[in-house]
Amino acid sequence: MTKVSIPEPEGLRARYPDVFERPASARLAWPLMLLVALAIFVFGLVHLGFSPWRMLNGLHQLGWITLMMLPPNPGSSLPTYLHALGETLSIALLGTTLAAVFALPVSLLAAKNIVPSNIFRFPIRRFLDTIRGVDTLIWALVWINVVGLGPFAGVLAIAVSDFGALGKLFSEAIEGADRKQVEGIRASGGNALHEIRFGLMPQVFPVIAGQVLYFIESNTRSATIIGIVGAGGIGLQLAEQIRVLEWQKVSFLILMVLIAVAVIDWISSKLRFAIIGPRAVV
Amino acid sequence: MTTTAVSILPGQQLAALNEAYGKAVARRRLRFTLATAVFCTALIIAAIGADVNLRTLFTYFGHFVSYFDRILTLDDSHRVWTNIPEWLWGWRKWSLLLGETILISYVGTLSGAVIGFALNFLAAENTSPGPWTRFTIKRLMEFCRTVPDIVFALIFVIAFGLGPMAGVLAIMIHSIGALGKQYAEMVENIDMKPVEGVRSTGAGWISCMRFAVLPQVAAGFASYTLLRFEINVRSASVMGFVGAGGIGLELITAIRKFYYSDVSAILLMIILTVFVIDIGTGWIRGRLFGGERRS
Repeated sequence: MTKVSIPEPEGLRARYPDVFERPASARLAWPLMLLVALAIFVFGLVHLGFSPWRMLNGLHQLGWITLMMLPPNPGSSLPTYLHALGETLSIALLGTTLAAVFALPVSLLAAKNIVPSNIFRFPIRRFLDTIRGVDTLIWALVWINVVGLGPFAGVLAIAVSDFGALGKLFSEAIEGADRKQVEGIRASGGNALHEIRFGLMPQVFPVIAGQVLYFIESNTRSATIIGIVGAGGIGLQLAEQIRVLEWQKVSFLILMVLIAVAVIDWISSKLRFAIIGPRAVV
Repeated sequence: MTTTAVSILPGQQLAALNEAYGKAVARRRLRFTLATAVFCTALIIAAIGADVNLRTLFTYFGHFVSYFDRILTLDDSHRVWTNIPEWLWGWRKWSLLLGETILISYVGTLSGAVIGFALNFLAAENTSPGPWTRFTIKRLMEFCRTVPDIVFALIFVIAFGLGPMAGVLAIMIHSIGALGKQYAEMVENIDMKPVEGVRSTGAGWISCMRFAVLPQVAAGFASYTLLRFEINVRSASVMGFVGAGGIGLELITAIRKFYYSDVSAILLMIILTVFVIDIGTGWIRGRLFGGERRS
């Protein structure tokens, strides 16, 4: 058997004082942070009106509702629901496309390698941030005031709120593009527009396309909820059926949303691979 | 000036290459045209399905612009910023409601994170105790994150009664799904050698998770949780629309009853809060990762 020499603890302690004798502040930091987090949590529970009795009662109700939901059954409204689902998908597709079309030119202005001047870029960035700070549902309410109830308001709401998000993501993609190809275009005598079209776009297009596809997917979910405030689509039906306590229809509608999202998910991942896949290999 | 000789391929070879290139370009163009055509058709069908009416938009677009004009005007037809105290007359009430909104998302995110944390080791491919557990947990998480949180809120308002409790639970359920998935993906990417090391000392499953997996993922988990908190603040601000607590109720009342200057005041406060949370969580994340790198 070989002997492993174990260094004497005292010597180690003397050589690495930082490891063995951490200051009290460093040792106390973690427990203190946990304690503060827990204290806020408990305060929140009390302040927001949680109580074991309410919880128990609510869970009982929830169990009852779940039982009433089975089996999912659309009754006689299946055609209406299918139409509403189509409306929702349309809202997602149109809204995202519209947002992408408007976000692209603005994102060029917000990218550091296109517009080096900070004075110009800063307000555009803040503008995009502000739009993103307002939830889609709020935009839906605003648009309902403008174009009236219905899916069109939903399209515009999704378009506006995604405009902010996509503008930011696009400009980040553009900033990440390689400088050399743009310089190559300039060296061969291209002007600024040529640089963007032939130097930049081929690089960022796959990234942008991937993001747009992802947004269409996630907007299928958002489009479901904007119906709750009256902006068309399946959300309108869902909110109505919940209000009149038609639980079987509710569960059917939720099931429809789940299946639709899964299908869109599958299609968009196929498309994303078709667009980005070959390029990633090259 | 120097000249460089460029060697030119023999004509036959050149023609063959040119032809191949032409074919490749033509194929790409055809594919692109076809894809564009399919996409445009889908757009047109969608436009019909969604009742898009450009005339309405053009007619009423002025309303959109004037809406912002109106929400930035006080009752005495002055601009809001000329009389800040009048504009933000309800700031005390609104700040309290915003505090409640943040609290809703805090409690919801934290409880969701704890449950998601407990579940994610069961859902990750490399740490899951069995394929059936993994499958069930994954489907459960998928359900939790696909159903929008506001739909959960609508149902919970009926089960638990009006109030912030429904909002907290809705955000919790959504966070379980979203965070559980992100956590599990992170655990799937870890280095398995420490796990083998811990296992070889005779440790059980829980010890393996605690001493081999957790140290590798803790910083990433914290980062994702903070991001989720930020997203949840945004969604908690609209939970009030369905009666699930927070500032949303006040906002929807102002919008529906056309209290124009109140709308802009509440929106301003929401945007500012989201900014502050955004910057704050960004700062904490920077510190967390900085701390990791230093030690």
